[in-house]
Amino acid sequence: MYLTDDPIDTRALLARVLRSSDGAYVLFEGVVRNHHEGHAVESIFYDAYRPMAEKEIDAIVRDIAARHPDVALAVVHRLGHLVVGDSSIAIVAAAPHRAEAFEAARMMIDRIKETVPIWKKERGPSGEEWLGWQGSGRC
Amino acid sequence: MPAMKVRLLFFAVLRDITGADARELVLAEGTTARDVWQSLRGELPKLADYVQPPMIAVNETYAEPETVLREGDELAFIPPVAGG
Repeated sequence: MYLTDDPIDTRALLARVLRSSDGAYVLFEGVVRNHHEGHAVESIFYDAYRPMAEKEIDAIVRDIAARHPDVALAVVHRLGHLVVGDSSIAIVAAAPHRAEAFEAARMMIDRIKETVPIWKKERGPSGEEWLGWQGSGRC
Repeated sequence: MPAMKVRLLFFAVLRDITGADARELVLAEGTTARDVWQSLRGELPKLADYVQPPMIAVNETYAEPETVLREGDELAFIPPVAGG
């Protein structure tokens, strides 16, 4: 399971992957920020096509694992209502050496943003907006 | 003409626009995902400008707009994704 409705436990995530042969891990967390394209943001609602998102993330994990066989990976994405400062996603990439850990973690977040069916609705003082819907989602 | 049932799922902005999580459609055989999008556009003024459908998923897998739907399929239009 890569999706959760609860706050992300990064220690548990790290414990799942870190091996005694690892010399480094990269922990990436995406957090809700208080602004976007000039608008103040107070909170974000994350929605997902859950079964498909699980499959898409799994395919990405498997692909990166195939490209970086020495890297151990873990990822969790939080859904629901998050406020400024909350972590929306955490990725751990552990490896014997740091270069692969950095590369795998970077590839993971980039690929997740491209294809995984997850959406966010930003809420702020000026209203709500689904990101990416060319402004017409603003209401 | 033979008919088939397809489940259409709505997420994110499309759920807000339609006011529903899903719909059961009864479609003529040969109906494509694009046909369903054009039908939605005709019904919902907020979609009128979107001549091209967004990304499409059939049975939880990305698919082309010209995909011909089958009895029991689960269809979803995928607005621009924004995970992370």
